[in-house]
Amino acid sequence: MSNSSNQTSQTTTTIPRIRHTPSALIRIQSVMMRHLYLMRASWPRIFELMYWPSIQIVLWGFITQFLLTNSSYIAQAAGVLVSAVLLWDILFRAQLGFSLSFLEELWSRNIGNLAVSPLRPYEFLTALMVMSMIRTLIGILPATFLAILFYEVSLYDLGLPLILFFSNLMMMGWTIGLLVCALILRVGLGAESMAWLTIFLIAPISAVYYPVDILPEWLQALAWGLPTAPVFEGMRAILFDQGFQLDLFIHSLLLNVLYFSIAIGVFLWAYHVARKRGLLLQMGE
Amino acid sequence: MTQHAIHVENLSKSYDDVLAVKSISFAVKPGETVALLGGNGAGKTTTISMLLGILLPSSGMIKVLSEDMVKDRFKVMHRLNFSSPYVDLPRRLTVRQNLMFFSKLYGIINAKERLMHLAKELDLLELLNRPTGSLSAGQKTRVSVAKALINEPEILLLDEPTASLDPDTADWVRSYIKEYQKRTSAAILLASHNMTEVERICDNVLMMKYGTIVDQGTPADLLHRYSRTNLEEVFLDIARDRKKSANQAGDDASSKDIPRKPPHDDLEYGDI
Repeated sequence: MSNSSNQTSQTTTTIPRIRHTPSALIRIQSVMMRHLYLMRASWPRIFELMYWPSIQIVLWGFITQFLLTNSSYIAQAAGVLVSAVLLWDILFRAQLGFSLSFLEELWSRNIGNLAVSPLRPYEFLTALMVMSMIRTLIGILPATFLAILFYEVSLYDLGLPLILFFSNLMMMGWTIGLLVCALILRVGLGAESMAWLTIFLIAPISAVYYPVDILPEWLQALAWGLPTAPVFEGMRAILFDQGFQLDLFIHSLLLNVLYFSIAIGVFLWAYHVARKRGLLLQMGE
Repeated sequence: MTQHAIHVENLSKSYDDVLAVKSISFAVKPGETVALLGGNGAGKTTTISMLLGILLPSSGMIKVLSEDMVKDRFKVMHRLNFSSPYVDLPRRLTVRQNLMFFSKLYGIINAKERLMHLAKELDLLELLNRPTGSLSAGQKTRVSVAKALINEPEILLLDEPTASLDPDTADWVRSYIKEYQKRTSAAILLASHNMTEVERICDNVLMMKYGTIVDQGTPADLLHRYSRTNLEEVFLDIARDRKKSANQAGDDASSKDIPRKPPHDDLEYGDI
């Protein structure tokens, strides 16, 4: 400290009057700003976001090229595997982006600051969702351009329905993210690996690379109970020239609304328990 | 009638079978500094956490700026702030980014102006572009104080605000907080183990032990009551279950024997 004890410079400065706004938007923006600062300061973080989707595309692009001459299924629609990989990655990145932004607050022991601020839980969750969308776009966009450049497969050929698929997958990603965060709130950072693992639990029955009717009948029932299977079936319908299937979209959307509402409820319950047990100040590395 | 900044009545908190805070009542007026004093596990941090709304009480009432903190805490959250060793500021953000983030979080429109003012006041100008994680303990404390004052709070809750600071920095922080209070009439509640700090800046002291308030009064009252020359000796008297001196026999309305250790004293009390 340059100045001595008992001396503060307060008496010599004019004190600006503080102007407040009760806007929820500003608070949401502040949490996003905090995460964007973090991203901006570290290029490895941005590189990491783009790394896996791009590697996946390179890999599946070659597999597609091989199968084009060896599989009549792939020969009918060359982009079916690459598009499936990209859509699956949207779901994965959406979930991971949500969970990692939450974990970041725990790792940096900042969750207490947020909990003791005017930020409402729903504003916090909104900020995490927007951050998850930003992270997903940073990861996926370069991969879609790679697919066009190297394999002449364009995800954008799906047309307008792509936006609907994207929305449904984002929503499902947030749902899983909310459940993972609720679990971490309940049991602590010991469960953080669930942020990377949980999504793969639904991969086999999401019909990402194969149609639902390949699955055993009892698993087909489970698959149709997920919002993911109708999205991938819808994607295949477009690529195999059957057009956009509205019923599949509505099926997926309704399930998403249901699961998302449940996940919000579970998160808020976990948050309430954390407040009851005094866990919010304890959590951190 | 004076409006209390903080008003607590019969506040209790239990975790399963452990009673961390047991039916405490107190009030803090605007412009007043009150200390929660007690050993480890006395219930100080638990009490402050409940006042902040981050911990739900098991029973009792907490009113902050006349609002019920259990039901309506968001009506007043922008009017209070805190500093605690249990939370950090994001280490990878620079000091400037952290202060910008918190000023927006508290809804301050002229955030840059406020940030620069606090940076000048707290001697942070040269640190603004440094990552918060790279600062020394003293520098971090000054940044934490800036964060705690970013919204010019009417109520400031400080949990061990000068812990791990050298005497010069600690003294500087105390002076700054006192000057802030003089200017704004903020109510300050602080939990501390530092008796000198409490004697110097507090108007009232709540002595806590095993989750209850075992004694209270101004520092001068307590010194008189226990016939001691400093609060550290009073603290030890209470911690070691020594009775108050004859000085106060008969004239202490709140007089009661200091509770002896409860049967399950192996349990950690209060710390959350």
